[in-house]
Amino acid sequence: MIQYAIKRLLSAIPTLLVLITLAFFMIRIAPGGPFDTEKALPPEIEANLNAAYHLDEPLIQQYGRYLLQIIQGDFGPSFQYKDFTVNELIGAGFPVSLQIGGYSMLLAVLIGSLFGIIAALRQNQATDYAVMTVAMTGISIPNFVVAPLLILLFGVVLGWLPAGGWDGDGFAKLVLPVIALALPQIAYISRLMRGSMIEVLQSNFIRTARAKGLPEYRIIWRHALRPAFLPVLSYLGPASAAVITGSVVIEKIFGIPGLGRFFVQGALNRDYTLVMGVVVFYGILIILFNFIVDLLYGALDPKVRYD
Amino acid sequence: MKTLTRAAWAAVLTLTTSAFAAQSEEKLAAEQILHLGNGAEPQTLDPHKAEGVPSSNIMRDLYEGLTSEAPDGSLIPGAAERWEISKDGKVYTFYLRRNARWSNGDPVVAADFVAGLRRSVDPKTLSHYSQILSSIVNAEAVTAGRVPPEELGVTALDEHTLEIRLKAPTPYFLGLLNHSSTFPINRRSFAEHGARFTRLGNLVSNGAFQLTDWVVQSHIRLDRNPLYWDNARNVIDAVYYHATEDQSSELKRYRAGELHWTNEVPLNQVSWIRENLPDEFQINTYLGTYYYGFNLTKPPFKDNKALRRALTMAIDREILVNKVTRLGEQPAYGWVPPGIYNYTAQRPAWADWPRDKQLAEARRLYAQAGYGPDKPLHIELRYNTSENHKKVAVALAAMLKQALGVRVNLINEEWKVFLETRKQKRITQLFRAGWIGDYNDAYTFAELMYSKHGINDPGYNNPAYDRLLQEAAVEGDFDRRREILEEAERLLIDDQPVMPIYYYVSKRMVKPYLAGYKPNIMDHHYSKNMRLLAH
Repeated sequence: MIQYAIKRLLSAIPTLLVLITLAFFMIRIAPGGPFDTEKALPPEIEANLNAAYHLDEPLIQQYGRYLLQIIQGDFGPSFQYKDFTVNELIGAGFPVSLQIGGYSMLLAVLIGSLFGIIAALRQNQATDYAVMTVAMTGISIPNFVVAPLLILLFGVVLGWLPAGGWDGDGFAKLVLPVIALALPQIAYISRLMRGSMIEVLQSNFIRTARAKGLPEYRIIWRHALRPAFLPVLSYLGPASAAVITGSVVIEKIFGIPGLGRFFVQGALNRDYTLVMGVVVFYGILIILFNFIVDLLYGALDPKVRYD
Repeated sequence: MKTLTRAAWAAVLTLTTSAFAAQSEEKLAAEQILHLGNGAEPQTLDPHKAEGVPSSNIMRDLYEGLTSEAPDGSLIPGAAERWEISKDGKVYTFYLRRNARWSNGDPVVAADFVAGLRRSVDPKTLSHYSQILSSIVNAEAVTAGRVPPEELGVTALDEHTLEIRLKAPTPYFLGLLNHSSTFPINRRSFAEHGARFTRLGNLVSNGAFQLTDWVVQSHIRLDRNPLYWDNARNVIDAVYYHATEDQSSELKRYRAGELHWTNEVPLNQVSWIRENLPDEFQINTYLGTYYYGFNLTKPPFKDNKALRRALTMAIDREILVNKVTRLGEQPAYGWVPPGIYNYTAQRPAWADWPRDKQLAEARRLYAQAGYGPDKPLHIELRYNTSENHKKVAVALAAMLKQALGVRVNLINEEWKVFLETRKQKRITQLFRAGWIGDYNDAYTFAELMYSKHGINDPGYNNPAYDRLLQEAAVEGDFDRRREILEEAERLLIDDQPVMPIYYYVSKRMVKPYLAGYKPNIMDHHYSKNMRLLAH
């Protein structure tokens, strides 16, 4: 087990290196630079700016410098947000994304699994169709349609919840973005759960449990839930990483200061260090989440062995 | 007749008295905390590096320059209570307020302004705005690294007297002094924190407000600076500047009562706003020109004035502003927007011709340039990706096709790509552009077309035009200077390096209970002039 973990973590290093290299050269190839604006800069200032951020060096030297920096955990200063370093920006944005993403994953797993189980138990009945129709709608209607509608209804018309922003204290500001972010996940998880639950319910050990005369809720809770949850679990790895590292759309619509917005703004502004920082951070997180899921898999599924 | 007059008088009298009563009995809201939509996250709170509207808005509340602006935009004393200008217009002596304090208690002294100005032109500061101060003696030499910042023509004569020496009389100089690049710096705080002096907890300011919270990409909160010399008159206790990139979301937050004004208005909802919230929709002329540039360094527009004129004339600007942009913009035929101080915006004679005559002349010029139905002009029209620019571009293409039979190929590019393509002048033909003046003077527009200016993207190069600008830069007589600049604009209009489309307007939603908001051409507003009424 420990050996497996070490092996997995070591194999992540070349993956990250490829990621860094690709991202580094791709953002540099994009036309336009961080200091291009509609204002003209005096040549001396432009030269000083380039020197201050080492943009006057050959690209390969900048790449080497960047690698050395990253090893020390330093993502460098942001080009766009001049008062902050990229480390500080990620440090500020990540907890926000983590909070929103964490809550919505929790919500998605709870409600999604519940819906999936209900649908599976009422397979091909009206309840099943109703739940699955809702789920299908949830998958197919994109976030950027649902979120403004939620804001309009609960923020503007009813006035129950904030229409956006991150300035108030308390839980209220979280509600709408968490729901908007969770909806497609709920839909997806409930479909996954339904499918695997139906399959599990037809397997031999469930038949045995039924033959023993166990009550239905015990069969579901004790025997069916764990194996049925496995496909959901393997989906959770990449999904959590994606959701927790920030949903660009949701963050923009609700005005949430998360990581996703830095990524987009960074790319648009050619804020090289910020884009790179977020990419590397994303990369590490995705690798980490997949790793955790693989470990959990072993805990849930006795058939999985690490050797 | 007589009774009617008397009745009218009575009505006027009642109206005036009730208006007066309303003002004196104005009931203030219990909580005086402003929430303002401010567009993108500001790039910095460092006054000498600040650029872009979002930063500048916050700067005005945090700091105070030597001069300031009244709600209507007119110039008033700021940190300096008065000043003298020498007879030759080259030496300005400012007398600072003796009761002005920084938010940390330090007195605001002349040396703070000296330090600020030096820092602004120092090439090590990496300011994007050092050029704006080029009228000060030695400013350009300092920025070019030829002389140290100490050589800048700025001296603290004593604690409260500041002398600024200019290369040439500069009529707009006092107006520059409320630009953040001229703001003072608290030397004690800067010495202690260095480049991190702008951070929460470190930032010391001399304006009506001080920094109390900063969540990047969310909001910046400023609280009343009780040490500000005019604090007694400030009603607002705190201001939130919210980062609102998404205009539709901003409008929803405004409608939900979370914002007292918006930074912008989503164009696709203008009709809805006009119908439902007409009284809260504020549109005002703004110091900017929206135009299309011709690339003068490459065919087909190189050395082809007839063609440039033909295309410019073929555009129906009335239709464009009334049917396409629909914000009450003024159609533009000249370069400098109207409403600039001590200047008459110029326009070509054909601007007042009837539409038929304009079209006939456009067709004649088009044929003269060698094009016609058998040999139509094929051009690429470039714009940066945006809904609004796209609408205008599509309309332009349709108008050019209809009027002259020009085949236009529309190309949109992402902003940074677009900037680069424009600057290189290699593949551009007709391209979108806009210019917002930095200060209220015609020169801020005129200089853009100077042959050596860094963003003269059309590549306009007329020695006669350059000469006029050089003359204007050293002319001491303000009336004469105005005439020179007006002559330069006439020359520019005649050469037609650009196709002016419209003059910008500023637009935002403002809550009816926000008192003290006055539209002005620079779109500069100070929170200390506002107050929230009970509602």
